[in-house]
Amino acid sequence: METVVFALFAFLAVVSALVVVTHKSPIYSTMSLVLTLFSMAVLFVMLGAPFIGALQILIYAGAIVVLFLFVIMLLNVEREEMPHASQPAQRWLALLGAGIFAGFLVLLFWRIGTPSGAPMSETFVSFKQLATELFRQYLLPFEMVGLLLLVAVIGATVAARRATPLEAQAGLYDPGEEPRVEGQRSAPHVNPETGLHVHSD
Amino acid sequence: MTMTQDLLATALKLAVMLGFVLNVVPVMVWVERRGSALIQDRPGPNRLGPFGLIQPLADALKFMFKEDITPAEADKPLYLAAPVLALLPALSTIVVIPFGPNITVGGHEIPLVIANVDAGVLLFLALSSLGVYSLIMAGYASNNKFSLLGAIRASAQLISYELALTISVLAVIIPVGSFYLNDVVAYQQERVWNFIPQILGFVIFLIASFAETNRAPFDLPEAESELIAGFHTEYSAMRFASFFMAEYAAMTALSCLGVTLYFGGWSLPFVHLEGWLGAIVGFATLVVKVAICMAVFVWVRWTFPRFRYDQLMRLGWKVLLPLAILNLLLVAVMTLAGWL
Repeated sequence: METVVFALFAFLAVVSALVVVTHKSPIYSTMSLVLTLFSMAVLFVMLGAPFIGALQILIYAGAIVVLFLFVIMLLNVEREEMPHASQPAQRWLALLGAGIFAGFLVLLFWRIGTPSGAPMSETFVSFKQLATELFRQYLLPFEMVGLLLLVAVIGATVAARRATPLEAQAGLYDPGEEPRVEGQRSAPHVNPETGLHVHSD
Repeated sequence: MTMTQDLLATALKLAVMLGFVLNVVPVMVWVERRGSALIQDRPGPNRLGPFGLIQPLADALKFMFKEDITPAEADKPLYLAAPVLALLPALSTIVVIPFGPNITVGGHEIPLVIANVDAGVLLFLALSSLGVYSLIMAGYASNNKFSLLGAIRASAQLISYELALTISVLAVIIPVGSFYLNDVVAYQQERVWNFIPQILGFVIFLIASFAETNRAPFDLPEAESELIAGFHTEYSAMRFASFFMAEYAAMTALSCLGVTLYFGGWSLPFVHLEGWLGAIVGFATLVVKVAICMAVFVWVRWTFPRFRYDQLMRLGWKVLLPLAILNLLLVAVMTLAGWL
C-alpha cells in the first residue's frame, strides 16, 4: 500500500517536473509545477512530516504559484518564442551545472549508503516537537531568516515604487527609466490626437 | 482495529459527509431562489411541487440535457479539466471536519471525523487554497477576454483574502493549543463559544469567507454587470453546473469550518450526550448550524451591493490584514495572561 502510494507520487513528481522545464506554454509549465509541489507534499506526509507537507501546499501551491500565473496572464505571455539553448555558452553552462548536480547526488548516495527499506511513516514529527526545536534550539537562525525576509520585502517595495510628485519635483528620487516588459504590446489602436481606442469614425 | 474495519469506518464516515455536502447543492438552489424572491418581494419559483420544492430537480435535468459547447479557440485540455477540478478542493476539505463525539463500535473507539490528522486545520486551509486553480484554468482556457479578466481578478482576490482568513483561524488555534478540530470543539464545550472572546477574529473570518467563496458582495470574478459571467462565461450545460455546485460545496465546507471554530461545532452548550445518540444529535447540530450560515450567505448576497475592485483590494490589504494581525497579537497576549 505504502509502496504503491510512494511509487505513484514519486513518478508524478518526476514526470510533472520534466513537463515544467520542457513544455512550451508557460501556463502548462506552471500548472505542472503545482502538480510537482502537490506530489512532493504527499511524499513529505509519508515521511512523517505533515506540517511541512501542509505548508508546501498552503504556501507554494496555494499562493506563490498563483502569483506566477497571475503575472503570466497579466503579461499575456504566449508560447515560448526563443528556440531552446540558442547560445553555445548556455549549453556549456548547463552541462557544467548538470555535472555538479550529478556529482552531489553521487556524493549523497555514497554517504548515506543504500536505503534501509523501513516503513516511511514510522518516525512521526509532531507539531509540539517541531515547535520546541524551532523556538528553543534554533531560535536565533529562525529570527535571522525572518529579518532577512523583511529586508527583502522592503527592498522589493523600494525598488518597485514610483516617486511621489513632490519627490520627483525636488529630484530626490529617480527610479530611472520605466521598465518595459518584453513582449507586452502597447495599446495598439490609440489615436495619438484624441487618445481614443478607435480605428475610424 | 484491523485495516479492513478501519477502511469500512472511513468509507461510512465519507458517505455521511459527502452525502451531506452534495445534498446541500439542490437545497441551496431552492433556498437561493426563494430567498432572493422573498427579499425582492416577488413569488419566485412556485410551480413545481409545494413551494416550488421540485424546481432544483428540473434545473438539474435541464443542465444535463443542454448542449455542451466548447469554443473553437479554447485550450481544450485545460478547458475540459477546469470544471472537474472545481469540485475537488471543496469536497476534499470536509475530511477534517468533526461531526460528533467518539463512538465505540465492538470495543473500538472511532472518532467521528474522516481524517483525524495532526495538521487538521492546516490541511483544510491548504486544500481550499487550491480552489483558485480551476477558476484560473477556466478563465485562461476559454480564450475570451471576459473570462481572462475574471480569472485574473479571481487569483488576486483569493490570494488577498486567504491571508486574512488564515491569520484569523490561527488566532483561534492559539488558546486551544492544538490543530485537531475536535480539540477546538472540546475547548468550546468547556468554556464559551469562541465567537464571544474572538469577535474581531470572527468578523474578519466572515468577511474573508465571502471573498474566498466568490459570493456577493465580493463576486468580482463573475461580476455580471461588467464581465458577463467572468471565468465561466463560455461554459454551458453540466460543466457550468459543476462550477455552480463547486460554489455551494465551498460555501458548505467553509461554513463547517466557521461553525467548528467559532460556534462549538457539533456540540451543544450544557448538553453532553455520548454514544450513538450523541453522534446523531451531534451531526444534526452541525447540519442546523451550517444551514444557518448558508442562510446568512444568501441574505448577504441579496442585500449588499457589489464592491468595486479597488475597494475590494483596499479592504483586503489595508483593513482586514492589519486587523487580523492585531487580533492575533491580542489573542496571544490574552492567552499568555491566562484570560482565554
